[in-house]
Amino acid sequence: MIHAYKMHGVNIVLDVNSGAVHVLDDIAYDVLSCYDQDGTLDEQRLTSLNHKYGAEEIKEACNEIETLKKENLLFTSDPYSEYIPLWTKKTVVKALCLHIAHDCNLRCSYCFAGTGDYKGARSLMSLEVGKRAIDFLIENSGNRRNLEVDFFGGEPLMNFDVVKEIVYYARQREKEANKNFRFTLTTNVLLLDEEKRAFINEHMHNVVLSLDGRKEINDEVRKRVDGSGSYDRVLPLALKMAEERKDKDYYVRGTFTRKNLDFGKDVLHLADVGFTQISVEPVVAARDSGLDIRQEDLKTVCDEYERLAMEYYQRRKNGKWFNFFHFMIDLEGGPCVAKRLRGCGSGTEYLAVTPEGDLYPCHQFVGQKEFLLGNIFDGLNNSTIREEFIESNVYTKPQCNQCWAKFYCSGGCAANSWQFNGDIKIPYDIGCELEKKRVECALWLKTQEVEV
Amino acid sequence: MKHIKTINSSTLSRDVKKAGCGECQTSCQSACKTSCTVANQKCERK
Ligand code: SF4
Ligand code: SF4
Repeated sequence: MIHAYKMHGVNIVLDVNSGAVHVLDDIAYDVLSCYDQDGTLDEQRLTSLNHKYGAEEIKEACNEIETLKKENLLFTSDPYSEYIPLWTKKTVVKALCLHIAHDCNLRCSYCFAGTGDYKGARSLMSLEVGKRAIDFLIENSGNRRNLEVDFFGGEPLMNFDVVKEIVYYARQREKEANKNFRFTLTTNVLLLDEEKRAFINEHMHNVVLSLDGRKEINDEVRKRVDGSGSYDRVLPLALKMAEERKDKDYYVRGTFTRKNLDFGKDVLHLADVGFTQISVEPVVAARDSGLDIRQEDLKTVCDEYERLAMEYYQRRKNGKWFNFFHFMIDLEGGPCVAKRLRGCGSGTEYLAVTPEGDLYPCHQFVGQKEFLLGNIFDGLNNSTIREEFIESNVYTKPQCNQCWAKFYCSGGCAANSWQFNGDIKIPYDIGCELEKKRVECALWLKTQEVEV
Repeated sequence: MKHIKTINSSTLSRDVKKAGCGECQTSCQSACKTSCTVANQKCERK
């Protein structure tokens, strides 16, 4: 399978199974369009190019295409199928999302957690539950050494003493258990004072700072309890945190909705005010909010991604470097294929823990009783649902199996699939279109950066 | 080549026999979390 497209005047071809990316001139691009997806040349179609190009050039282009086929860089077959059973067998748990607080000091209108309480009672995780979650992770991680714990909410800074104690406890247990814990924290920044920043800088591998971009955009959605906007409080604190991170990871993360389809401006705004690690993404699982991206918005959003890609390229070239997470792609290394076909690992290697200790496939499923997988005290028990997640990969989802972006997207978000299609194996089509556009932009950027 | 330039040297199938050690970071792809498309993740073995 190949994917051929044009962006900003560049003809790009991705060979799906090998991951090889090629830039073609117009002749080669037109000649390639005379090949079927399985790599056979349709001679009849080829003759239709005779009025456009000389016979010699057409032949040259054909020869080059045939050479790439021989070198296994074009129209390659899928070499992975025999390995799939090996890669998708039952796996251990390696990451937990701890819902430290089902409470929040913001009232964002798109919040999937229903302003922090996940449609349940507002509650905080106790230290007892937190410690048991660490034990549960160690016990269920088999030989896996690197374990991850994400402090999430609601707003985790509303229960920060427990966060600290959990970190100390995990650090104490990791040595005897021969594990290496990595902590991350996702926060709305409101309570990010100096002491908390210092702790985060010392212990957290990554910190995610929520801010949507331009003040008027942010404040329209990310409101404080009294209804006022959060931008003025959040921006200086988030910038301080970013500056203090030094060599450690952070990123500022915004959400765009159908109210700001010109979200590229928000990305650039975040760069202008001084952030260098930026992620701005379409709202997720907000079907009934009126904020979700719709079919009729797709063209606008895709054009916006292309424009952003161009501006991003220009800025990076001209000394105004920043990173936009969705345009990052590693064509030389990157994750192995096994990871690429399984994606996020929700419900298998990644689980979410509620303040009470209940287990769910991921933070987005929390509170949906049919997805309750057990709890950290008695262990995992809902094996039917768990099986469904274990079996789910780009080969078992029919749409993904046919999709050229499968090794970059990895099958999308199960929570989105569930919310929009009632089935974790049927991807959310709007999410797919956006994902494919982002991959196209990322590949285009690569073609520019190598100066072909 | 005159008409086609290949921009990456190493390809997806290179490490197929060693794939799947599972030590890499998990990667939530949704808007609420770590945001990485899987393709930008690091492999822990390198
Ligand atoms: S873009 Fe959609 S169809 Fe393609 S791999 Fe991702 S989820 Fe599957
Ligand atoms: S199912 Fe969606 S929200 Fe949940 S971990 Fe996966 S990508 Fe993230």
